[in-house]
Amino acid sequence: MVETKNVKVVMDKDGIDRCLTRIAYEILEKNKGMENLVLVGIRTGGVYLSERLQKKISGIEGGKIPLGILDVNLYRDDISASNKKQPLGETKINFSLDDKIVVLIDDVLFTGRTIRAAMDALIDFGRPKMIQLAVLIDRGHRELPIRADFVGKNLPSSLWEAVRVDLVEKNSVDEVVIEEGT
Amino acid sequence: MKFEKKDILGIKDLTVDEINLILETAESFLEISTRKIKKVPTLRGKTIINLFYEASTRTRTSFEIAAKRLSADTINISSSTSSVVKGETLIDTARNLEAMNPDIIVIRHSAAGAPHLLASLIKQSIINAGDGAHEHPTQALLDMMTIKERKGKISGLKVAIIGDIEHSRVARSNIYGLSKMGARVVLAGPATMLPRNIEEMGVDVYTNLKDALIDADVVMMLRIQLERQKQSIFPSLREYSQHYCLNRNNIKLAKKDVIVMHPGPINRGVEISPDIADDPSYSVILDQVNKGVAIRMALLYLLTGGGE
Amino acid sequence: MKILLTGARIIDPIQNIDADMDILLENGKIAKIGADILKSAKSKDSGKIKIIELAGMIIVPGLIDMHTHLREPGLEYKETIASGAAAAVAGGFTSIACMPNTNPINDNRSITEFIKRKAAEAALANVYPIGAISKGSTGSQLTEFWDMKEAGIIALSDDGKPVMDAALMRRAMEYAYSLGLPVISHCEDTNLSGGGLMNEGYYSTILGLRGIPGIAEEAMVARDILIAEFTNTCVHIAHVSTAGSVRLIREAKKRGLKVTAETAPHYFTLTEEALQSYNTSFKVNPPLRSEQDVAVIKEGLSDGTLDVIACDHAPHGRTDKEVEFEYAANGISGLETSLSLSLNLIQNKTLNWPELIAKMSANPARILNLPKGTLEVGADADITVIDPQLKWTVDVQTFRSRGKNSPFNGRQMQGKAVLTIVGGEIKYALPSLKL
Ligand SMILES: [Zn+2]
Repeated sequence: MVETKNVKVVMDKDGIDRCLTRIAYEILEKNKGMENLVLVGIRTGGVYLSERLQKKISGIEGGKIPLGILDVNLYRDDISASNKKQPLGETKINFSLDDKIVVLIDDVLFTGRTIRAAMDALIDFGRPKMIQLAVLIDRGHRELPIRADFVGKNLPSSLWEAVRVDLVEKNSVDEVVIEEGT
Repeated sequence: MKFEKKDILGIKDLTVDEINLILETAESFLEISTRKIKKVPTLRGKTIINLFYEASTRTRTSFEIAAKRLSADTINISSSTSSVVKGETLIDTARNLEAMNPDIIVIRHSAAGAPHLLASLIKQSIINAGDGAHEHPTQALLDMMTIKERKGKISGLKVAIIGDIEHSRVARSNIYGLSKMGARVVLAGPATMLPRNIEEMGVDVYTNLKDALIDADVVMMLRIQLERQKQSIFPSLREYSQHYCLNRNNIKLAKKDVIVMHPGPINRGVEISPDIADDPSYSVILDQVNKGVAIRMALLYLLTGGGE
Repeated sequence: MKILLTGARIIDPIQNIDADMDILLENGKIAKIGADILKSAKSKDSGKIKIIELAGMIIVPGLIDMHTHLREPGLEYKETIASGAAAAVAGGFTSIACMPNTNPINDNRSITEFIKRKAAEAALANVYPIGAISKGSTGSQLTEFWDMKEAGIIALSDDGKPVMDAALMRRAMEYAYSLGLPVISHCEDTNLSGGGLMNEGYYSTILGLRGIPGIAEEAMVARDILIAEFTNTCVHIAHVSTAGSVRLIREAKKRGLKVTAETAPHYFTLTEEALQSYNTSFKVNPPLRSEQDVAVIKEGLSDGTLDVIACDHAPHGRTDKEVEFEYAANGISGLETSLSLSLNLIQNKTLNWPELIAKMSANPARILNLPKGTLEVGADADITVIDPQLKWTVDVQTFRSRGKNSPFNGRQMQGKAVLTIVGGEIKYALPSLKL
């Protein structure tokens, strides 16, 4: 029997696109252009968002901003406790991070532990001048002193809800949903 | 897919999905070895014991590098098999090690089945780093990874394994692994080096090197152990190399883009001519070494999951 | 003390008896066997007679295992003569013959006498020592057969090792034959088997374990048959494990040669496939063979090629078996499972009851020239009572043997010896049996 979950769409295709456009402008504004700027998407949720942001920034400024992909599994603090490992994705950062402004990109900011792991990982690649964080959704419930520099939408949620970002690149639809009681 | 195995004792026990997961995970680990800081904190606080009852600098080093790049603590215990005679049995040793509470024990032993004995007695994960003439699963995995990278696939390839099959754990693990992944495996060696009923493993067997090389996509040369000569398994190195050494001439029988593999260390001029071993258009031998670290990192990563 | 066993089915292949009858034991001998002993006995001297009611049971001549290793002197942690004899009676054996490969080897009168004395002290099963063929069983120089015979040996063997020197084997068979002693041959060409750990074939190949080819046994069987034929003497082939050996022995018997042979329960019960987990309790020498060999061993039992079932009782300590397969000792502690495993041969129609009992009593008695193996009036009151229905589970921890090394641990069995009488005295009774 399939359990029917209560699913609520909180953001549609246009909403996501508007948020990303705004974030792209905010990134450029805050950093006064794209000089020294690099994007790093966090696997798996941040990868497609970072590719879209790269396009948007190029559209605004012209030129191509470097984009890397980071798998943070190896830096997680819950790795020993987790029963069995998830398959590992490839990390691909083909440029130096030294003295760069790195914008980390993820889909949902929750406890902050993924971002902590991502920052540790980045520092193993070099010494960035600054690390900033862009997320599509901030759902609260932080367990570490971490906050995002660029937020698409603040979405207060309860702990028993799941926030899911679907993107056409893998789920054939662009939307953000809240699922209840998992 | 999640990895559920407690131990890696042999390729025989792995499913195709498990092999694929290990290979994919290892591919992700390759990148770490190219970083400036070749170390991730993943296995911080974990202890890995390398229990080597048989001398092997390269396999032990490979495991050690793999563990260290994942920030695990490693302890190397090398013990010659003569310690069995001295009185401390493998079981005594195992119980002592268990009391130290390591997370993974990597064991190499000259006696086939020794890792199985260990695994049956203690709760920690065991990785077989080669047991007698039985299996050498990490070698086969790195071989498969190398083949997959070079050829884009394993399925449908013809892989020729040449040499002393009888005493080779590398051959057995590769026969299991490559067959599972859909390759066609053929063997060649003198009749004295082909163990009884080996064809029941689903391979074609030849006593003539040339028959095995025809249209091969991959040629895997095994190391000839010189001490076997005393056991009358072959009359002389000279005669062996005249008929079973891979060289510029006979390699033409294989496909044009054939790759040549060897688990090392190589006896240049015995099983493989130096110009082939060192020709990067054929030889992927150094690649294999590089893949070895990634495969072992992947296994350490997949096995240190903590208890359910 | 008189004992009357009543209500059971009595099987004695020698007298061709298979019927419900009573049997009366008196002064260590069989006094009477017949249909109506109970009534007359009750009326005459009731009270002085112990009457044991055995409805549903089968009474057979005391079982004899002609191939055991008792380890004393020298390796008492594995087994002593007393613990081995206790295991024997618990397994239904009233007599056992013990191989000379102790430490020191039973290659002279003093060791033989020591074994006899220890066995008498234990006072359980009859224990018959087998003397070594060669001094120290090193295969180079004959022992003093005659002297040892006077001390009590009933056969000769270098078991554990083969006699590789064909000329020495020839001399041994000639000399032993003149003394009426059988030579028991452990058939193994050690050049062919050298370093081998299991049967050579598909499984040894995939397990990476050095193989022992069937021909290592068969070449030696053929040699010993040829010597027996040439010298017109006899030879007994121990622990036959291959189809080829069965074929050679069958053919030799057909030609009227004085060749006899035994096999062990594990060779008709288990195959090499069992070694896949490297479980050392399955490690024996000769090794477990293929399914096809097992089938032919059964044929050999069925057509009489194989005269005897003997379990090659080889008790070991934990430390001998809890090691890497390569270093593990060979052997199974078999006395307490042999009968039950052999009873399967009746269930799977390989043998009928009289045939099975002959292979476990009359035939070994005949080969060893023992006045045993029958329930004839006047014979020693050595009796085994079997409950053919009793279901039980092997638990090595309950073994009387010090050797807990059994691959059958945990196995469900049907049929068991419940009462063992040696020389008219009860030496073993299943606790649940009402006496
Ligand atoms: Zn023997």
